[in-house]
Amino acid sequence: MQTSLNEPTTRKPWLTLRRREAIACALFIAPAVIGFVLFWVTPLAVSAYISLTDYALAGTPRFVGLENYQRLFADRLFWQAVRVTLTYALIVVPMWIISSLTLALIMNQKLRGVAAFRTVYYLPAVLSGVATAMLWAWLFNYRSGLLNGLLSSLGLQGPNWLGDKNIALFSIILMSLWTMGWYLPIWLSGLQGIPTELYEAAEMDGANAWQRLFNVTLPMLSPVILYNLVINIIFATQLFTEPMMMTGGGPQFATLSYVLYLYDNAFSYLKMGQATAMAWLLFLFTLALSALVFKLSPLWVYVESERRG
Amino acid sequence: MAGITSTAPLTQASSLRRNRRWQSRLVRLASYAVLIAGCIVFLIPLFWQVTTSLKTIQDAMRWPPVWLPLPPQWQNYSELFKRFPFWVYAGNSAFISAMVILGTLVSSSLAAYGFARLRMPGRDAIFVLLLATLMLPGVVLVIPQFVMFQRLQWVNTYNPLIIPAFFGSPFFIFLLRQFFLTIPRELEDAARMDGAGYLRIWGQIMLPLAGPALIAVAIYSFVGTWNDFLGPLIYLSDREKYTVAVALRYLAGGMRSRPEYHLLMAAATLSILPCILLFFAAQRWFIQGQVFTGVKG
Repeated sequence: MQTSLNEPTTRKPWLTLRRREAIACALFIAPAVIGFVLFWVTPLAVSAYISLTDYALAGTPRFVGLENYQRLFADRLFWQAVRVTLTYALIVVPMWIISSLTLALIMNQKLRGVAAFRTVYYLPAVLSGVATAMLWAWLFNYRSGLLNGLLSSLGLQGPNWLGDKNIALFSIILMSLWTMGWYLPIWLSGLQGIPTELYEAAEMDGANAWQRLFNVTLPMLSPVILYNLVINIIFATQLFTEPMMMTGGGPQFATLSYVLYLYDNAFSYLKMGQATAMAWLLFLFTLALSALVFKLSPLWVYVESERRG
Repeated sequence: MAGITSTAPLTQASSLRRNRRWQSRLVRLASYAVLIAGCIVFLIPLFWQVTTSLKTIQDAMRWPPVWLPLPPQWQNYSELFKRFPFWVYAGNSAFISAMVILGTLVSSSLAAYGFARLRMPGRDAIFVLLLATLMLPGVVLVIPQFVMFQRLQWVNTYNPLIIPAFFGSPFFIFLLRQFFLTIPRELEDAARMDGAGYLRIWGQIMLPLAGPALIAVAIYSFVGTWNDFLGPLIYLSDREKYTVAVALRYLAGGMRSRPEYHLLMAAATLSILPCILLFFAAQRWFIQGQVFTGVKG
């Protein structure tokens, strides 16, 4: 090595422009890659191990094999948490998508004042979950809340929104709709990206408004719908702040969401192994679901390159 | 009918057109009605939050509801400050948010520049791996990260909430990379001719041109950090270290048996004020950043 340094070099220098660029690239992305390994890969690997142990934060984890998973599957509350979260997601995701897409379609008709409407609908989405939950707990208040006040002025007896085990989860779903404006900008820019010639052609063929919606707008929008669907499902399975703040998972576990039960297991009962097993199951579920959505997507998602052939 | 066959198609066409125009006007009217009704429904909760915070407790609980807080009870807020050191918590939240914004901007823009412009074998594979984490529910990592930070003795400090931001965030790297890709290469080539290194190109050409994207990243980081609940809930145990979100929870929890809604709503109103002001000041960037990643992803 040292001799070669002193030799007059006729070979290409080791540090070519290309290598220089690669080294620079490695340095630029190094923090992100290190962070990825430290805060994503390592925790994932560690959590796979913790899920196979009995671990209460103090002391050392004791290996117990698949016992945590077996215990979970035999745990009535685990299944309750699964049911609550699935119910929530199955109702709230279609409602988010349909209501925000409908609003976007209405706003896309070149109406005046769209910017102001968009501001109002978007606003709740930037507010803190804790403050929102406190506000809605007050609106839902059985005796003095605004909702029951309005209902009683119509001569109706309002329900016990958060105190009735048959209604509490639906109350949380209702309040979740308040933040659906988050998706408006994505829909609106997707709608604006649809070429107007398509509509003109459809109109020439005598298509009415409904036919244009179902044969032009929705197919052209399907990639955006797919994106929103995946993001929404992942988001819905993480329901935590609302039940934590408003009901504590009650009454009678009617709003015990998956993540809330996971949190309880970890930080109230210090069953780290069991909580981590729950986290892994959620991870696998999300993975499978995303894979399924993408796998099924060719059936209904319209890809532009197909048209160009 | 038979007598006017020659003019019939014409009048029919014009009546059809008139009919159409009338119909579209009706659709417009209905659209406005729906949008305005929706706006009212969306604004009522916030209206109720602010007005409750300015009522006496008797008026807040009154039946049927009192719509306007007359006269406004501003002293509710001074009462709140006496029992709830809001400014301490706001200071904590602001400090954490500022550090997270700083860390995110620097590290994410560095990585985004690398991914957008510098070639290296395997670069795109790494980028895809990073993006895959966006599909991962964050709670999966909460416990192992907690164990890790506990081993580092970082529990009950701000480190777990701040340090990770200095290692970039996949979402923001993605957003900035997409933006960098739209910047014409000629600008960099000219700088390179003048002998500028990569770091200088990043700092003196890319960053100034990426202003709107950087603002969007800063805004999202701020809102995300200010509103974060689970992180501070898990890591902070000393009350004087609480962020606004966690402090609100303890305020509400402490009143569980006899909630004083006028004070709770005053605290909630103060806590959302920064995000609301930011939203109105920078709405353009909120929406731009989201559209940027949302559709092009």
